[in-house]
Amino acid sequence: MDKKMHPTPMLDELESGPWPSFVTGLKRLAGENPMVVDLLGQLETSYRTRKGYWKGGTVSVFGYGGGIIPRFTELKDADGKPQFPDAAEFHTLRVMPPAGMHYSTDILRKLCDSWERHGSGLIAFHGQSGDIMFQGVRSENVQAAFDEINELGFDLGGAGPAVRTSMSCVGASRCEQSCYDEGKTHRTVINSFLDDIHRPSLPYKFKFKFSGCPNDCMNSIQRSDMAVIGTWRDNIRTDEALARKYFAAHGLNDLVNDVVNRCPTKAIRLVKATEAKAGPSVSMVKLSDEHALEIENRDCVRCMHCINVITGGLAPGADKGATILVGGKRTLKIGDLMGTVVVPFMKLATDEDREKLVDLAKRIVDFFAENALEHERIGETIERIGLVNFLEGVELEIDANMVATPRTNPYVRTDGWDEEVARINAKKSQAA
Amino acid sequence: MATATATPRRAIECGVPDNTSFLHPVLKRNYGNWKYHDRPRPGVLHHVSHSGEEVWSVRAGTQRQMDVHTIRTLCDIADTYAEGHVRFTIRSNIEFMVGEESKVAPLVEALTKAGFPVGGTGNSVSMIAHTQGWLHCDIPGTDASGAVKALMDELYHEFIREDMPNRVHLSTSCCEINCGGQADIAIIIQHTKPPKINHDLVANVCERPAVVARCPVAAIRPALVNGKPSLEVDEKKCICCGACYPPCPPMQINDPENSKFAIWVGGKNSNARGKPTFMKMVASGIPNHPPRWPEVSEIVKKILYTYKEDARPWERLSDWVERIGWPRFFEKTGLPFTKYLIDDWRGSRASLNASAHIRF
Repeated sequence: MDKKMHPTPMLDELESGPWPSFVTGLKRLAGENPMVVDLLGQLETSYRTRKGYWKGGTVSVFGYGGGIIPRFTELKDADGKPQFPDAAEFHTLRVMPPAGMHYSTDILRKLCDSWERHGSGLIAFHGQSGDIMFQGVRSENVQAAFDEINELGFDLGGAGPAVRTSMSCVGASRCEQSCYDEGKTHRTVINSFLDDIHRPSLPYKFKFKFSGCPNDCMNSIQRSDMAVIGTWRDNIRTDEALARKYFAAHGLNDLVNDVVNRCPTKAIRLVKATEAKAGPSVSMVKLSDEHALEIENRDCVRCMHCINVITGGLAPGADKGATILVGGKRTLKIGDLMGTVVVPFMKLATDEDREKLVDLAKRIVDFFAENALEHERIGETIERIGLVNFLEGVELEIDANMVATPRTNPYVRTDGWDEEVARINAKKSQAA
Repeated sequence: MATATATPRRAIECGVPDNTSFLHPVLKRNYGNWKYHDRPRPGVLHHVSHSGEEVWSVRAGTQRQMDVHTIRTLCDIADTYAEGHVRFTIRSNIEFMVGEESKVAPLVEALTKAGFPVGGTGNSVSMIAHTQGWLHCDIPGTDASGAVKALMDELYHEFIREDMPNRVHLSTSCCEINCGGQADIAIIIQHTKPPKINHDLVANVCERPAVVARCPVAAIRPALVNGKPSLEVDEKKCICCGACYPPCPPMQINDPENSKFAIWVGGKNSNARGKPTFMKMVASGIPNHPPRWPEVSEIVKKILYTYKEDARPWERLSDWVERIGWPRFFEKTGLPFTKYLIDDWRGSRASLNASAHIRF
């Protein structure tokens, strides 16, 4: 096992300093695994030349078409032989994490033991789409490595034009702001798309992300094609003891500057405690014998700010669910897109509710599969065809919550206006 | 364990594992029933349930790309000082849950002694969301883990403290695809020259119509070069985005000399206060300078500490700039505002100042 280390003067500089060093970790692995000796050799070369030397290819496990990221070295000598032969193949297994990224030490140790046997011993917790990335395995060992991980109860994630691995926040397991069962919803939705994850056949990638409240800790609005963001319909709940505790510690200046003034829709008012009262749409909490807050919930946009500041003193309501947004992505090809609202609110309290979400997700992915151009994300499809065509395609009703403002230009044919008004009115009277 | 036979093992398509067996018992018992939390010290969260049960979570930074020995060290600490359950955050921090307050201090000490910084909570600078870079990516303009290590060494004290006006999220990305994502401050490679094409390889390696279709500005067209079918780029039109490189590696966009770093600020995913925001480019032309990228660190720190000094409580970087305005942002940070920072992509007029709102 005593393969000679390559000199790595540049990487060595990343061993000093207080932050944990991945180089030190790699060197430890190199003492046991010649693949990592050569990996360090190639990486040092990249640091010196400022060039990358990996190319992709096709590597897979039996029955699946995706989930492995193949890497073959391009750093070769004049005869076409790899300069660092033990790292000439350095593939990654993308493995889906449990919701909320919870682990027991027992399962982590088993995953480590397995990866030490089959791969390099290098694991990333986690990739930017949430995968546990088992990095560094030769083609011949991919199947065996996967088989063991699979026997431990884990499965490969997505790669290429497929539904991708997903993430959900810590949510109900340890957060007071949780508005639905993020873990169960994440698992229910993703496990309904395993065929689209394991056998890439979509126009391009499709990502789901699950955040339990509008703080959106999973960055779902700009990192997922379909974002499920927790919210609530009824009034903000209050707890006087905790609100008084906040006020006693912070005083009136902080209350005004940090809470009242920072409400984006001016839904919060500071009132005299003696005159304050709750109402059908008004939350009220006393902060002291003198001061109280009143929140007009019809004006509140559920931004989370006041709840973040006075956590527990203010809390999300009890009629919880989620807002669904579609189309978030980064620049390529048409420019950055945030997800935009397609369902302002849906309940996610029961298995039946979650099945409705799965059904919606399937309609959207099917629409994407049939209508998106090659290498087009769903947000770009919507930009190309317009939101209304998308909504009609996936059978969703329009809602004024879907726009920041109504149209600002007259370039539209409105000759169907009367019929549309009649249809909406008929629907309204039917619902009444 | 099955040995290699003619029929390979069929995968169990189990999908996302059930996390129930991995949850800390206090988390399991109080699932969906949490009341509030506070932070007794940086790096420690204290959650209280409606049932009255409490849990303390100790958060520590990791290098993300971990060798199995590092993971086992973290497991040893979890078994000795915590209760055998951990979780990871989206920014690759690890959290250890304990059901008794008395266990917090020894756990913090054990982590610190083992070299894992305890912090990353509340108004700290958390660990940098990052990508794969030269270590594993097939199209990287730079490294990720190294740049992150170098920068976190310099921001270590901001990770273990909670001294910022609000939380600060950073990201790095090794190409303009920006896998690191939106952040308060993001560091992204910016190519400045059109791709260099190896015409001998294009015909064999690239699906040419797909590459043509990939270009955002229609600058690529099929061409016959030296008698071989290839592609050519209208270099006046080319915006050097690198979109053609992944589907066609012979169109090399990475350039050790001319690919530079750009710095972006003001991305925010949270809906708190204002709506979520995209980040904006505020600097470019910064050299790609391994192993420690000192020029990048200098600008990031300048922006970060200007924000720290000037922003009011609860202002994220985007909230701060919204209050002081972009001219003052450039004035205070000393960064030059150049013509390249004025957007000219589709929809760009929405980024212009359509008002007489000027701060003097």
